[in-house]
Amino acid sequence: MSADPLLLARAQFGLNIGFHILFPSITIALAWILAYLRVRIEFADDAWCKAAYRLWVKVFALSFALGVVSGITMSFQFGTNWPGFMNKAGNIAGPLLGYEVLTAFFLEATFLGVMLFGRDRVPAWMHTLSAFLVAIGTSASAFWILALNSWMQTPQGFEMIDGQLHATSWMAVIFNPSFPYRFAHVMIASGLTAAFLVAGISAFQLLRHPDFEPAQRMLRLGVFVAAVLAPLQILVGDLHGLNTLEHQPAKIAAIEAIWETERGAPLLLFAMPNKQTRDNDYAISLPQVASLILTHKFDGELKGLSEFGDKHPPVAQVFWTFRVMVGVGLLMLAASWLGAVLLIRRRKVPRKLLWVYSGMTFSGWIAVLAGWLTTEIGRQPYIVYGVIMTADTASTVPARYIATTLIGYALAYALLLISYMVVLTQIARKEADGKGREVAAPGALRAQVP
Amino acid sequence: MELDLPLIFTALMGLAILAYVILDGFDLGVGILLPLATRAEQDMMVASIGPFWDANETWLVLGVGILLVAFPHAHGVILSSLYLEVALMLIALILRGVSFEFRVKASGWHQSMWNDLFFVGSLGTAVAQGAMLAGVITGFRGGPLFIAFEFLVGIGLAGGYALLGATWLAIKTEGDLHRRALTWSKAAALLAAAGVAAISVATPFASAGIMEKWFAWPRLLWLSPLPLLTAVAFAGILLSVTRLQRGASKREWLPFVLSVWIFVFAFAGLAYSMFPYLVVDQLTIWQAAAARESLMFVFVGTCVVLPMIIGYTVFSYRVFWGKARSLTYGE
Repeated sequence: MSADPLLLARAQFGLNIGFHILFPSITIALAWILAYLRVRIEFADDAWCKAAYRLWVKVFALSFALGVVSGITMSFQFGTNWPGFMNKAGNIAGPLLGYEVLTAFFLEATFLGVMLFGRDRVPAWMHTLSAFLVAIGTSASAFWILALNSWMQTPQGFEMIDGQLHATSWMAVIFNPSFPYRFAHVMIASGLTAAFLVAGISAFQLLRHPDFEPAQRMLRLGVFVAAVLAPLQILVGDLHGLNTLEHQPAKIAAIEAIWETERGAPLLLFAMPNKQTRDNDYAISLPQVASLILTHKFDGELKGLSEFGDKHPPVAQVFWTFRVMVGVGLLMLAASWLGAVLLIRRRKVPRKLLWVYSGMTFSGWIAVLAGWLTTEIGRQPYIVYGVIMTADTASTVPARYIATTLIGYALAYALLLISYMVVLTQIARKEADGKGREVAAPGALRAQVP
Repeated sequence: MELDLPLIFTALMGLAILAYVILDGFDLGVGILLPLATRAEQDMMVASIGPFWDANETWLVLGVGILLVAFPHAHGVILSSLYLEVALMLIALILRGVSFEFRVKASGWHQSMWNDLFFVGSLGTAVAQGAMLAGVITGFRGGPLFIAFEFLVGIGLAGGYALLGATWLAIKTEGDLHRRALTWSKAAALLAAAGVAAISVATPFASAGIMEKWFAWPRLLWLSPLPLLTAVAFAGILLSVTRLQRGASKREWLPFVLSVWIFVFAFAGLAYSMFPYLVVDQLTIWQAAAARESLMFVFVGTCVVLPMIIGYTVFSYRVFWGKARSLTYGE
């Protein structure tokens, strides 16, 4: 095997951050759902709400723990895999990550302890406040990390002195051109991921116990939230695409597999981009639609990949990851609207649709990963777009070290991912079967089983 | 007057690392002691650290975060030199962190697997961190002797964490478990003392600069309270634990406080050895520091936020004050 250290370093970093992103994409939005349930319990005191909270706080704690431990890994991976990045861009990346730790990590970690275990140790208002502080913490964390990620995509507010970047305006660094769009896009993506998780697990429970009220209520919540967010996401995604066209035209050219600059570019529904012939094989396309979407004109001009020499991302990968993301998004739109209409008209969804929701429990993950791969691979060959090349920042660690640890991480993550999904279904089943209290937390096991 | 920001951030990083070692130290220590207890006791042991571990680990992220923010050049050098040790620690931390959840939420044999992984992860983290410490104080050497030294420090640190864990349990538990925690405290204290002694002896040989810093007269005289007070603290632990065992004392918190002292003294000694280097004899804090405008930006935020963090951390420990109870999620 020819081991290319750069590719291995990218694979390892990609594996780590790809595994990590799964859990924040659930917890950012789920934290707000729990805060809502908490308030409802305080004011309405519904029995279903308590049962729902009991299940979802467990799901949250589990997802959060996985997010924390994989997040700790990330703070080390910058240095172990991309020492050159820290060397050249550390002056900008460092403070943004520093603020994430200071304003988000401690807040969410500390109040999660109170939220999970402090019910009978603090007043009710303090307990509810803790739920909100956890939610604020998870969102603040997303704010800072997306500020950094967006800055790497559309850098501004800096100057280069002796090969190192220095910030000239922190406002310009944080509120860089792609930040508002990316932040909105990711927050809504988290909402959709959590909504489909809630709907999927609830549907799974209803397939076993059709009259289980907490699941009926949570299914409604998941479906309605998704039905509102799915079209909003398409709108924000479109704005994000226009922003990318303005600042990273090479990424758009790769996403649409446009090799030569053209007017009235077609939208490719299916194609095999071929980098040898620099053309697309087996293309099925809608004439002029790509130009229409991206320039809002039928004969709008789109820049082709040839304008960027070899400084453009690999085409086939982003072409496909983008289509997977959009495909899942459209599926979410269809499933949530169908469910919403049925719930409004008949107040119930048929078993077939319950199966669909169960199948789509983790659909948000697929869309998030595909979207994230699109934007990050689409930034290549740069690590900071137009400023620093990825290849110039890689570690000089021997390839065999990277390969060995890559296998170690991959094995650990495979174990965790399988366990996560198995345990999630188990606790959902136990809760629906009426045995939820037995598995509340450490120590509870012995205390509450007769 | 110009603020010496690299110096301030060195102090902050030291504070974060010390806070991490003590706070995550006691919960890792509880994990290391886990196989010695019965299943019911294990649940109580985990319950005594359940509300805290997450925030405790955040101090590690802060420590590494400051290294990254304030000393980006050293961040790259240190972490790529410790590549394998860091990877081992991370995988161990991951396994242990998720075991908190999985060991109660999984069913059947999975449950005992996660219980075992909780121990393996805690011990692995401690050994890997000891190895990292060994790498930092010897300036990242190679060779079989160095690897042996890494293991030695790793086991010493695991002993130290077990000491913090056992004395923590002595405060937080009652009955049988409390009595056993006292027994564990003594054994762990002896192991930790051996570890501290080994590191203290080996470190000066790793670097002529460090040798000079400690053994030049009259500095030796000024520095002598440090090892002496450490020895007194160890003796104090053995004595106070014995008095607790005999029922001659009610000060359950004393062994834990003395254990924390030992960590503070050991940390002070190491900090003195290293300063002002981040990479021994190669890279000083001023050479490795980030640009002034970046440090200033974070410094302002730190001044505002750090007191809040300390405030709500204290709040959280007060909420869960007293003997541990079995953990249940409230409704």
